[in-house]
Amino acid sequence: MATALETVQDYAAKAYKYGFSTAIESDMAPKGLNEDIVRLISAKKNDPEWLAEWRLEAFRRWLTMEEPTWQKVHYPPIDYQDVHYYAAPKIKERPKSLDEIDPEIRSTYDKLGIPIKEQEILAGVAVDYVWDSVSVATTFRAKLEELGIIFCSVSEAVHDHPELVRKYLGSVVPAGDNFFAALNAAVFTDGSFVYVPKGVRCPMELSTYFRINEMNTGQFERTLIIAEAGSYVSYLEGCTAPQRDENQLHAAVVELIALDDAEIKYSTVQNWYPGNAEGKGGIYNFVTKRGTCRGKRSKISWTQVETGSAITWKYPSCILQGDDSVGEFYSVAVTNNAQQADTGTKMIHIGKRTRSRIVSKGISAGRADQTYRGLVRMQKGAEGARNHTQCDSMLIGDKCGAHTVPYIEIKNRTAQAEHEATTSKISDDQLFYCRSRGIPEEDAVALIVNGFCREVMNELPMEFAVEARKLLGISLEGSVG
Amino acid sequence: MLKISDLHVAVDGGSKPVLKGLTLEVEPGEVHAIMGPNGSGKSTLSYVLAGRDGYDVTGGTVRFEGADLLELEVEERAAAGIFLAMQYPVEIPGVANNYFLRQSLNALRRARGEPEISAADFIKKLRAVAEQVGVGQELIKRDVNAGFSGGEKKRNEILQMVMLEPKLCVLDETDSGLDIDALKTVADGVNSLRSPDRGMIVITHYQRLLDYIVPDFVHILADGRIRKTGGKELALELEEQGYEQLLGEAA
Repeated sequence: MATALETVQDYAAKAYKYGFSTAIESDMAPKGLNEDIVRLISAKKNDPEWLAEWRLEAFRRWLTMEEPTWQKVHYPPIDYQDVHYYAAPKIKERPKSLDEIDPEIRSTYDKLGIPIKEQEILAGVAVDYVWDSVSVATTFRAKLEELGIIFCSVSEAVHDHPELVRKYLGSVVPAGDNFFAALNAAVFTDGSFVYVPKGVRCPMELSTYFRINEMNTGQFERTLIIAEAGSYVSYLEGCTAPQRDENQLHAAVVELIALDDAEIKYSTVQNWYPGNAEGKGGIYNFVTKRGTCRGKRSKISWTQVETGSAITWKYPSCILQGDDSVGEFYSVAVTNNAQQADTGTKMIHIGKRTRSRIVSKGISAGRADQTYRGLVRMQKGAEGARNHTQCDSMLIGDKCGAHTVPYIEIKNRTAQAEHEATTSKISDDQLFYCRSRGIPEEDAVALIVNGFCREVMNELPMEFAVEARKLLGISLEGSVG
Repeated sequence: MLKISDLHVAVDGGSKPVLKGLTLEVEPGEVHAIMGPNGSGKSTLSYVLAGRDGYDVTGGTVRFEGADLLELEVEERAAAGIFLAMQYPVEIPGVANNYFLRQSLNALRRARGEPEISAADFIKKLRAVAEQVGVGQELIKRDVNAGFSGGEKKRNEILQMVMLEPKLCVLDETDSGLDIDALKTVADGVNSLRSPDRGMIVITHYQRLLDYIVPDFVHILADGRIRKTGGKELALELEEQGYEQLLGEAA
């Protein structure tokens, strides 16, 4: 009979459920990256001049930058000239109504379980559907507009709300912030844009669903969320990609801005194709996410469930600028087989009495390697600031790794930071106990892992918590055995 | 319903024999007590019945309702109707006790081709059983066994047992660590399950438990075999004389 270790190793062989691709005619830029490609993207997107210039500037910066190597992940050098930087389903123009969407695209989203409909299943959720490089549909727009909430693709926002985009784009993650952010600024094609006006509490979850479909393409989306004083919004992103043997690059940028008393809750369920059991294929998920609590008493909360991607490199961060502002980071990262993840957060305390909380749950199985990397910095003016960090790692099997790299910098005597860390294993005792109560081995692993992650799962919006729980189970299939 | 014949079991990768020719038959409606000194193989017997890893069956057979029990996986044995109330129940942090129990009940139902229990019916049943076995509502919502006292853990095992209504109950030193009041409550729970179609194996060190769960048979297990079998009075005899003297006579 199987030990915990053997059971974990078994699950690995199961297939990635979202691995199909859809045959659809695409409008693609030739492979490679140079100023002409950047200009081509600008032309395709009908960029205003300032944006075209911004892209070129970012591209020139990118040329001078080096790909970071400090993270604890390994992969062969990426040939940035071997990627298509623009791919869009061939449609004459963005469909005016949801009924005009290409049936192939529609059926793909149906298969993924997020039908493009304003219907009961997703009644409480407005969704922006991003297909390769472009947004193909956004639901419930009219209803949101009544409240003055803008929820649309970034491309549309550039044209319809240029003053807002110009004011905030790159204000949290500047074009030259890091290698991947610069690349994104040069070639980003779409993403979601959210603007919640003063004092408005967004009545539904806003969600973007990202799908990479084409081969040899990169996905470079950019999301910008602005919460005016006293407003509230909860936003969720989901993502999947077809199963392919080559690696695909996903280098997104997310910027959040919360003004006085505003709150942004940003949740991610990341399920990009992780590659096969031997580590062939899968998405390189190199993402820069940052929010700034610009206003007093504002709050930004990141919740992420990271189960996919061959390599994950991301550190959703909070700049706690406004006095009494709050930053939170709740993370579950699961790595199985040959997956690698180097993920964590940065909490930069600038304002007085700013508070941050970090709860990171890492689960590593198979031959996977995972690192929590987090920075807590209390600036000189961060009078009375506080942080609490809790990092728990769970190992399944004896060939995986978990590493915790906390950086703590305190420049104010009255600031406090606490760090707790634990490492545990699923024990044979626990598995036996569950199984002796009739719970099959794979369900038992999912149950135990979900229990380990409960604090984080509780932070997810209701509509997605159930899915996320299932996803944890699926991601670890093949991990004991 | 359960027929163990000449069972040989070894641990430590098969190098250390623990059970050396154990034979035992349990019929529906019967309660069998198994007593024995430390290291005699009592817990090994319970784990082998439940299907735990690390116990190598080197000889003999175990049949449960006509099927070869040793061929079944742990969860299949549970679905077949075997329940082991463990001596050391494990903690499962982050998993609420009631959630766990519902997962368990529904997993068993699915395995038996029965429909899942509705949330309302489950809660109703759980409330009634919890009261019966002296498990507080607060304990039901806490994480499985996490931070439970010894007595609470044992009561929780009995709660699960009564909820899951197994055909064969195996209780492994359920009385250890219980004060007399808790012992009575636990025994009441166990007695409530006594029925003409259910068998029980009660493993214990002490005669005391058998005052409350009155067995039909008492077996004395020593050195990996049943050395002596009798009625409930055998436990009293053992209490007076001790293993050495009693088994000295038998040998």
